[in-house]
Amino acid sequence: MTRFLIRRIGQAILVLFAASIAVFLLFFVGPGPDQVARTFAGRLGTPQRILEIKHALHLDQPLYLQYLHWVGNLLQGNLGFDYYKGQSVNTVVGQALPATVSLVVGAAILWIAYGVFSGVVSAVRSRSLLDRGFTTAALFFYSMPTFVLGYTLIFIFAYELYRVTKFFPFSSYVPITTNPWQWFVHLILPWLTLAMVTAAAYTRLTRTSMLDVLGEDYIRTARSKGMPEQRVIRVHALRSALTPVVTLAGLDIGTALGGVIITEQVFGIPGLGWTIVQAIGQQDLPIIMGIAVLAATFVVIANVIVDILYAVLDPRVRLN
Amino acid sequence: MTDPTNPLVMTDSVSLASRLLLQVSDLRVQFATDDGVVKAVDGVSFSLERGRTLGIVGESGSGKSVTSMAIMGLHSGKNTTITGQIRLDGEDLVSASRERVRALRGAKMAMIFQDPLTSLHPYYSVGHQIMEAYRVHNKVTKQVARKRAVDMLGRVGIPNPAVRVDDYPHQFSGGMRQRAMIAMALSCDPGLLIADEPTTALDVTVQAQILDLIVDLQDEFGSAVIIITHDLGVVAEISDQILVMYAGRAVEGGPATGVFGQPGHPYAWGLLGSMPRLDIDRVDRLKPIPGTPPSLINVPSGCPFHPRCGYRDEVGGDRCATEVPLLREIAPAHVAACHLTSDQQRSTWARLSEPVSDLPETKAGSLLASSDPANEVQS
Ligand SMILES: Nc1ncnc2c1ncn2[C@@H]1O[C@H](COP(=O)(O)OP(=O)(O)O)[C@@H](O)[C@H]1O
Ligand code: SF4
Ligand SMILES: [Mg+2]
Repeated sequence: MTRFLIRRIGQAILVLFAASIAVFLLFFVGPGPDQVARTFAGRLGTPQRILEIKHALHLDQPLYLQYLHWVGNLLQGNLGFDYYKGQSVNTVVGQALPATVSLVVGAAILWIAYGVFSGVVSAVRSRSLLDRGFTTAALFFYSMPTFVLGYTLIFIFAYELYRVTKFFPFSSYVPITTNPWQWFVHLILPWLTLAMVTAAAYTRLTRTSMLDVLGEDYIRTARSKGMPEQRVIRVHALRSALTPVVTLAGLDIGTALGGVIITEQVFGIPGLGWTIVQAIGQQDLPIIMGIAVLAATFVVIANVIVDILYAVLDPRVRLN
Repeated sequence: MTDPTNPLVMTDSVSLASRLLLQVSDLRVQFATDDGVVKAVDGVSFSLERGRTLGIVGESGSGKSVTSMAIMGLHSGKNTTITGQIRLDGEDLVSASRERVRALRGAKMAMIFQDPLTSLHPYYSVGHQIMEAYRVHNKVTKQVARKRAVDMLGRVGIPNPAVRVDDYPHQFSGGMRQRAMIAMALSCDPGLLIADEPTTALDVTVQAQILDLIVDLQDEFGSAVIIITHDLGVVAEISDQILVMYAGRAVEGGPATGVFGQPGHPYAWGLLGSMPRLDIDRVDRLKPIPGTPPSLINVPSGCPFHPRCGYRDEVGGDRCATEVPLLREIAPAHVAACHLTSDQQRSTWARLSEPVSDLPETKAGSLLASSDPANEVQS
């Protein structure tokens, strides 16, 4: 188990290293030092300022020193300085992250709960009306673009229902620290949007996985012991069937934490996705790089967590 | 006297009737599939006394597993139709509620399967799985169940059971896994143990050990055993009764000595011919069965074995292809479903089994003396 984890964490570090090289090559080496400094300085960059930046980023030194300087800062948790906004990237990201986390965690609870529930029901009542219903719903939401669903929900709940209730806001975000209830109310539609488009994959995966597991010999054994069917499904079958779902959930959450671009755009949530879109529009390179590095880190960490969960779930992984 | 609807059930004595543990009458199991109705079991009857052993033999696909799963009530699909009677201790399981059959499963009847690795849940410890089996039917604390699990593991010959109880299936060897399965099956002391090819997936070296264990525990627990296997040597050695299945039907049945010593059905001759034996002469004449088992969706007309049978001409006409042979008593309590007359059956078998040398005629015992687990019927 320990060796397994050490190996996986080692691999994760390698992946992060490779990602950092890629980002470095893409943003520093590709354009060349002058261009980088000019871009960092933004539209208002004077020659004087560009020189300063060149020096601050060690752009006047050999490539490997530039890289070490940059990575050294990253390792200390310093994502760099945004000359355009005159703020550290950490501050900008720190303001955006809670919104994205709020959106992703709430939506993930919904899509996992619904996806697993509907998948299990579909598998256990395979070919029933309920199964067909869940399958149709899954296909419908799976094929629906996020922004269409998002605007549709806004149209129905915020616009059409406006005369009945002003409960649903059109958009924007309220931090949980400002007003927890408003935070919740503002996130209902974004949560639903993100959860519905994501849940389809979970319904299908859980259904397939559950059907596979229900055909396993050890399920027949559990039944042959006289275990009640409910227990066979909830304890013996579900535990195995969830293994692939855990993987998918880990990767989806890891990816989404790096920013949920469309949902954040549609609902005006100033999270990482929204911020990076703004930054791209403004050619705000430090922010783009900072969020890219952060997103890659989330994905890698999610992978490690998935591996740990695997080991917790499956003794064959844990004890080898 | 035998029951005319069920020639394998002896009804002449009250005491015998009370000794009967399992009585299967005209069992039919059908699966509706896209290709048609699979008649996996088609009118099978047999019975089993307490503490006795019934061997079910037949090529792969002849309905042996489907029969045993029907007894256990493990066919749950909506496309499955089961008719007939399965009486366990006098109680009919076919008409019983699902919940009632579930309560009996594991408690009064238990089953072990072919592949002990896939039959155990990889995520739960062996002990946990045995405790679970025990606690489904006994309202006891975890500590009590755990003691039971350790005790059972010890009785099936797992060394150091108090420690190994916490091991996971993948930490056990193949033979130990099957031992653990047996421990689990017997944990509630069921009157009936069904072993469906319990040694087929195991190393040749441990097959005999597992069989010995089943026989020993059968004595100890007094359970009746249904053993399903390709290995005729095994069945001959440990069974009291034999049922030969072909295409979902019972084609021959009776006491093991009778079925192996004086088999009446050409299919049984073929099965015996598939066994390599010490006396080479007979191998020349007793050939393995040519061809493959029929589809159970379109079972051949008349005798289901007729497309593969070499004795049709002796019956004459096209009777074998048109008229279904019924089970007929060819010796006391020994039945076979074949149009050949008893005289024809006897003389043919005598010719087939007659040793060329001057050795006295082979009896069931010596015929099947070899219990080499490699003696498998082709499947
Ligand atoms: N659930 C099912 N649906 C359709 N056909 C089945 C099902 N279970 C078994 N069968 C068919 O029934 C026949 C008998 O199978 P089985 O009892 O497993 O044979 P065996 O004698 O080798 O144990 C086979 O042809 C098999 O394909
Ligand atoms: S009834 Fe005919 S076909 Fe069937 S086993 Fe007997 S001789 Fe062969
Ligand atoms: Mg079978």
